[in-house]
Amino acid sequence: MHARTDEGSTGDGPGGDSPGSYKRVLGPAEIRRVLSRIAHEILERTHGADDILLLGIPTRGVPLAERLAGRATEFEHRTVPWGSLDVTMYRDDLRLRPARALGRTELPADGIDGKTVILVDDVLYSGRTVRAALDALTDLGRPRSVQLAVLVDRGHRELPIRADYVGKNLPTSQHETVRVHLAETDGEDAVLLGEWKEALA
Amino acid sequence: MEDTVNGAAGTWLLRNVTLPGGQRTDLLLHDGGIAEAGSRLTAAGAQVLDAGGLIALPGLVDLHTHLREPGREDAETIETGTRAAALGGYTAVHAMANTEPVADTAGVVEQVWRLGREAGHCDVQPVGAVTLGLGGTRLAELGAMADSAARVRVFSDDGRCVSDPLLMRRALEYVKAFDGVIAQHAQEPRLTEDAQMNEGAVSGRLGLSGWPAVAEEAIIARDCLLAAHVGSALHVCHVSTAGSVEIIRWAKSKGWRVTAEVTPHHLLLTDELAEDYDPVYKVNPPLRTAADVEGLRAGLADGTIDCVATDHAPHPAEAKDTEWADAAFGMTGLEIALRAVQQAMVETGLLDWAGVADRMSVRPAVIGRLSGHGILPAAGSPANLTLYDPAAAPEPVDPAAHASKSRNSPFRGVPLPGQVVATFLRGTATVLDGKATS
Amino acid sequence: MNRHLISAADLSRDDALLILDTAEELARMSDRPIKKLPTLRGRTVVNLFFEDSTRTRISFEAAAKRLSADVINFSAKGSSVGKGESLKDTALTLEAMGADAVVIRHVASGAPHRLAGWIRGHVINAGDGMHEHPTQALLDAFTIRRRLGLQPGAGASGGIGRRAAGRGGSRTGGARTGGGARTGGGGLDGVRVTIVGDVLHSRVARSNIALLNILGAEVTLVAPPTLLPIAVDGWSCEVSYDLDAVLPKSDVIMMLRVQQERMTAAYFPSVREYSRRYGLDAGRMAMLPEHAIVMHPGPMNRGVEIAAEVADSPRSTIVEQVANGVSIRMAVLYLLLGGAELSGEAR
Repeated sequence: MHARTDEGSTGDGPGGDSPGSYKRVLGPAEIRRVLSRIAHEILERTHGADDILLLGIPTRGVPLAERLAGRATEFEHRTVPWGSLDVTMYRDDLRLRPARALGRTELPADGIDGKTVILVDDVLYSGRTVRAALDALTDLGRPRSVQLAVLVDRGHRELPIRADYVGKNLPTSQHETVRVHLAETDGEDAVLLGEWKEALA
Repeated sequence: MEDTVNGAAGTWLLRNVTLPGGQRTDLLLHDGGIAEAGSRLTAAGAQVLDAGGLIALPGLVDLHTHLREPGREDAETIETGTRAAALGGYTAVHAMANTEPVADTAGVVEQVWRLGREAGHCDVQPVGAVTLGLGGTRLAELGAMADSAARVRVFSDDGRCVSDPLLMRRALEYVKAFDGVIAQHAQEPRLTEDAQMNEGAVSGRLGLSGWPAVAEEAIIARDCLLAAHVGSALHVCHVSTAGSVEIIRWAKSKGWRVTAEVTPHHLLLTDELAEDYDPVYKVNPPLRTAADVEGLRAGLADGTIDCVATDHAPHPAEAKDTEWADAAFGMTGLEIALRAVQQAMVETGLLDWAGVADRMSVRPAVIGRLSGHGILPAAGSPANLTLYDPAAAPEPVDPAAHASKSRNSPFRGVPLPGQVVATFLRGTATVLDGKATS
Repeated sequence: MNRHLISAADLSRDDALLILDTAEELARMSDRPIKKLPTLRGRTVVNLFFEDSTRTRISFEAAAKRLSADVINFSAKGSSVGKGESLKDTALTLEAMGADAVVIRHVASGAPHRLAGWIRGHVINAGDGMHEHPTQALLDAFTIRRRLGLQPGAGASGGIGRRAAGRGGSRTGGARTGGGARTGGGGLDGVRVTIVGDVLHSRVARSNIALLNILGAEVTLVAPPTLLPIAVDGWSCEVSYDLDAVLPKSDVIMMLRVQQERMTAAYFPSVREYSRRYGLDAGRMAMLPEHAIVMHPGPMNRGVEIAAEVADSPRSTIVEQVANGVSIRMAVLYLLLGGAELSGEAR
């Protein structure tokens, strides 16, 4: 019985490193459009994003948060702040693997109190990463509200968690792997869907 | 199967032994002596032991053993220690004086001597302390001990060094009156305060206080010169450095009466074993470097070092199952000494069996002034013999199976060749088939 | 990483960088209102201190508590006169209490090695005799890295610039990638560290020499010959008896405490002569390069190995070494206890 983790958020999910057979579900152009759409949606729902803060969950949530903040800044002609929130220390599956390296947590000087925090991640799967992010936020302050933006929602939630903004809904079976590549971390923009390779112990 | 208790004594016919020189022969043991040596001997009523493939060594003599009784019977008693000695092929051991009370009077040495006779596994020759209470300031009554029933001839403060040069001089002079010898534990105390292991690369890395080689060599050099100056005999205990071997070689070349011993563990082990801080490797003098091991082996081979002496130092478990600095110094050795010497000297071609007989029996008996021991097996000699199988497959040493009360052997789990099959003390078997007879 | 942290010499470069980088992230916590992470909730960390050391013990205690672990402090008498329970019996008691980790400080070199054989928990060496004090070396390396601006993402690479220590997260909209693969940077390559003082008896020196080499620094020792181990030529460092000659070529100068008792054992003739030849006073501090920093593991002998004005100068890292100690110890506890139990026997 393998432990499922949300692949892509820390970059070391099961599936080994062998690409196997992958299907490209989204390419660079689609991702660009999707992110623009999400940025617009955020601005719409938050009525101009007066006090929002985009926090990307390392690894790939961070460049996504940066891009979204950039788009929103463009559209609103006003700086939309972004940062990063590492959730490693709050995960519920720490004891299943050797201790992992921590990602960077970077918040604005005035913290998160009273803000609308929008968590940004690449793939939403079991929901446990987001649960950990909510716990991390609790120790950092008291946001006015918390929302969630993801590039891909692949279903199979194990907790009552849902995304406010979704780039693409991608129904998958649990044997399949979803990989997100971003130019900042992987040299290209793509969402890949493939067969799950046996994870080595 | 014959009743071995009754059968231990009586007449023995040992068939087809190999003598240290290589010749095959039968030996007939009768009335405490070797009655006959020849081929195809017969003897009515004799117990026969087929000794094909076994070497008949003269009974081994240990110049340096700690039997701990009186005072530390939790570690060893004369009974258990001498049984261990017999299993190791020994027919005589010298029991060091650092007991509680110290063996610095006729009374204590006679007690030790008597307990040895009562146990009956091997002869126990007590060593007398050089100074009262090993305190290093006043001579003990060396003459009284020499005249006692124990007939002490070897005197040593072993455990401590007789560091005061004037006292050492006096002791060397004094024992000339009764052909005694002072056996020095060479360790300059001021250079080795709180020393834990050999001073070198390993001690520097491990953060343990060092015991420098010069602390041993300087005392040996001084004592050789003193012995020469007063015309007396010096014996150097547990030589541990290549430098010490060179100094002794030089002293002997001058014709001075200097003898020396080396332990089995110093012929095989180095200070790198301390890496994990396991105090089973903590000993005084400490394990040293590979170059020292090489020098000691060469010294034993060319006779600069006269003999192997075990410095068998048993300790109870709690004295070793602790942090290094808190642990006692010492290793057991009686039961594996001959096997260790085979490994270090015979397997390497440095010594043949005649040489082993010389270094482990003949010479120690001479140094200890022991009559009846250290005589090569031949018709007319006392029946103090060890039958040893050098071809027995190497077996890992298992201290839990030892007769000694203590388990602190650095060779636990190490495969050593050979096996002591039988030991005879004046014609009575103390060990048969590798087991003690009583 | 190993099950235990007993010796800095046993760390690989990757292990060491992982600890430093993890500490870097954890250091930011000290700005937050809630200085607690849930990561080690329900785990028990025992501080087993056979030698008095309030500072180190408090540092480990704070580190464990910030990770929500339960802490038990166990002070015991050392060996020799007045000895209480044996180390082994104490270990078996801790084992029965279910200690997940034992932080041990002991007067005997090698005590943590023995302990590791008796308990199933993780052993962290907080200083054993003269042997090692690995978390001290780690916090020293962490301090050097920060002060000289060498931590990953600090900006201009190469050239050792003098930078203020980064505090908390106060960036908005900066281009930054998260903690990804370590490229091998973030070490102390080429940093010239001079360690001055009683190296022979110093576990801090041994750990630092080992770790600094692992991280690529160049180490020079300065001490009177009596306070250097006899086989120091075999160590990976330079040796000098002349402090003044070495000062202008040092990026870091690390002063070791010298004990007055060494004088009676004739390691040096007098405290005055020691101080004259090997002490860091204001005059010598002026001979250091402008960016160089002064470190001391504490406690200090003000006026002996280090002058008061040097200890209190801006070049001195002595106070931040203490703060960094908590972050480093949090990182060590997290990395040893926070993940899956490693298979394989105890050390």
